[in-house]
Amino acid sequence: MNKSVLFGAMTVASLAAGAAAAGTLEDVQARGKLNCGVTTGLVGFAAPDANGEWKGFDVAVCRAVAAAVLGDGNAVEFVPTTGKTRFTALASGEIDMLARNTTWTLSRDVDLKFTFVGVNYYDGQGFMAPKELGVSSAKDLDGATVCIQTGTTTELNLADFFRANNISYEPVPIETNAEAQQQYLAGACDVFTTDASGLAATRATFENPQDHVLLSEIVSKEPLGPLVRHGDNEWGDIVRWTLNALITAEELGVTSANIAEMSASAGGNPEINRLLGTEGTLGEMLGLSATWAKDAIAVSGNYGEVFEQNIGESTPIGLARGLNAQWTDGGLIYSPPFR
Amino acid sequence: MSDTSANAVAFVRTESVPASAPPVNAAGPVKWLKDNLFDGVGNSILTVLAFVAIFMILSNTMPWVLNGIWDAPTLAACREILDGTTGACFAVLSERWNQLLFGFKYPSELYWRPALAFAMLFVAFAPVLFFDLPRKLLIFTGLYPFIAFWLIWGGPIFNPILALVGLIVGYVVFVRLEKTSFAMAMGVGIVSAAVVWSLSKFIGSDSAILSIGYLETVPSRDLGGFMLNMMLGVTCVSLSLPLGIALALGRQSSMPLIKYVCVIFIEFIRGVPLITLLFVASVMLGYFFPPGSGVDLFIRVVIMITLFSAAYIAEVIRGGLAALPKGQYEAADSLGLDYAQATRLIILPQALKISIPGIVNIAVGLFKDTTLVSVISMFDMVGMIRGPILASTDWNGVYWELFSFAALLFFVVCYGISQYSQWLERRLATDHR
Repeated sequence: MNKSVLFGAMTVASLAAGAAAAGTLEDVQARGKLNCGVTTGLVGFAAPDANGEWKGFDVAVCRAVAAAVLGDGNAVEFVPTTGKTRFTALASGEIDMLARNTTWTLSRDVDLKFTFVGVNYYDGQGFMAPKELGVSSAKDLDGATVCIQTGTTTELNLADFFRANNISYEPVPIETNAEAQQQYLAGACDVFTTDASGLAATRATFENPQDHVLLSEIVSKEPLGPLVRHGDNEWGDIVRWTLNALITAEELGVTSANIAEMSASAGGNPEINRLLGTEGTLGEMLGLSATWAKDAIAVSGNYGEVFEQNIGESTPIGLARGLNAQWTDGGLIYSPPFR
Repeated sequence: MSDTSANAVAFVRTESVPASAPPVNAAGPVKWLKDNLFDGVGNSILTVLAFVAIFMILSNTMPWVLNGIWDAPTLAACREILDGTTGACFAVLSERWNQLLFGFKYPSELYWRPALAFAMLFVAFAPVLFFDLPRKLLIFTGLYPFIAFWLIWGGPIFNPILALVGLIVGYVVFVRLEKTSFAMAMGVGIVSAAVVWSLSKFIGSDSAILSIGYLETVPSRDLGGFMLNMMLGVTCVSLSLPLGIALALGRQSSMPLIKYVCVIFIEFIRGVPLITLLFVASVMLGYFFPPGSGVDLFIRVVIMITLFSAAYIAEVIRGGLAALPKGQYEAADSLGLDYAQATRLIILPQALKISIPGIVNIAVGLFKDTTLVSVISMFDMVGMIRGPILASTDWNGVYWELFSFAALLFFVVCYGISQYSQWLERRLATDHR
């Protein structure tokens, strides 16, 4: 807009680009807003509603971090990113953190120089087929045509799975999930494969969901979680422990309904006291206020509540907790202790 | 034979026979049918086949369209109302109407501002498109970009006014010096405009002047929907036309430096896909600017699309220039006109007239290409559909309704542009064919 900004920006660009990486917390606090990268739209995980409000499972993580750092769950600037722009947006400093159902892999962690702060959803690649095809296992799919999204880990997992089981398939490469749904319904392919959560969400939108089955095999591990840039460990700690706070809150039974009462004064459970800041100095260690975790949980509730509101069995997506149950219920969701 | 008289013949008709109706198969609808639809066996078969095809298409689509549901909160509710019958869920259009037109973040109480700017667009374009209108209207056309900027983005009215004053100062300087040298006048004009613009540095951010005519600011990131397509289309076409003319003239220049700069620029841009340039605008430039103070994404995209279409328009205009007989250049020289005058008065009016179909072709293509910005996570019409609307739990699974609507809007605009260009060609036809 402003000419002087343009030229000024060009001259200091090289100097500032290096310095920007340090002190993300100070940057966010000075700005008064958290820049959080999300998807341009994925059912249940992040999408603006009819009023333009961002809602979803990943969005809740952004809001929790904003509440922990700034005390306000609405102090978030949601930056929509596509699968192609997400990593550069984070690396260039355009966003402070990325919560965009991104799979934690070695190369992304090491080679792209990001820090995955944890896992908020354990996903895996599954298959969906029409009931009339009469298959119950993915191993029966010899010679099947398979709709897959190109450029994703899905494509590679599929090749691995079929090669390992020594059966053949014919891929139908497709650009977007929406297109894949149409192609699958139109009969362009026998089987549609993507993350199991995506399959469930997709099936929920069909006119006759009962005509399609999800096959039992899960052929890959897709741990999805928020990530930050390498090089600012303090900021990484804040995002990591905000996520852990949501998980711990569920484990300890702290909900959005009872949090006001529980945080009013120190109660009988010392870990709850430490979490909610009525005892100890955990917030101070992170460079945040004593009530940081309370603020984060108060925005949209603990991990279980966020799950239920956005993708749980009461929603049209209807995902069961499964692997994403608390470790006490036989799942993988586990937070290190608040001590 | 000399005594031939009226009485010598038995019967003389004194009035003409009233014209009898032509045979049924030689006039009226029957003749039309025979001539146009059933002219021979082959054509009759084709006609029947065409009617069968049209009937099959309509009998499949019309129930879907006519039985459409316009009022339902979600896709599931819509399907419940339809209860197994065929029908479209147009309810998604009525529920997300504002999002389709303005994007999901433009403040809803401010929708009147882009709507007003859109209405004024027609007034501003009218004198440019139709020469019979009074020329004084062009003053409004000149003011329009500044008014539209102020309406859509908001902020103090001071910014667009200063930009306008800078332009006027530059133009006045240019006119004063034009007699001596075109190039020098241009240079000095640009410098003096820049001087005026730099005055904004001396206005403090709390200055009272900034509160005059203040409209609530809307950042570029909040723009979206069809509004974004229109803005990109209109801005980029109007900017790329002068740039394209300059490039085409530069390519024909006898000065090697100018010539090769233009040739390399045009050939480079034409050799690169637009989507690559858009990725450069959104992704690469993010590395070059410090976080937070980088140039607005909208501006970056406008620059890239403008450069892209300017290169194509330059080639179209070069075709027009090449089509002019050499005699026209020589005639201009022999009148004693200098390069600027000859180009402006003799060459360009003729070359541009020849180039109209090509330029319009590029303008239509460019307007449709603006939907490519959806891949760099800008929420234009298609971006809104592919992203937020299809990803909402309410409307996941609605495709035909949304994309047909987008197609319809784009068709209306593009068909309008192409009809205008045909009118313009007829209007400008001075050759006697």
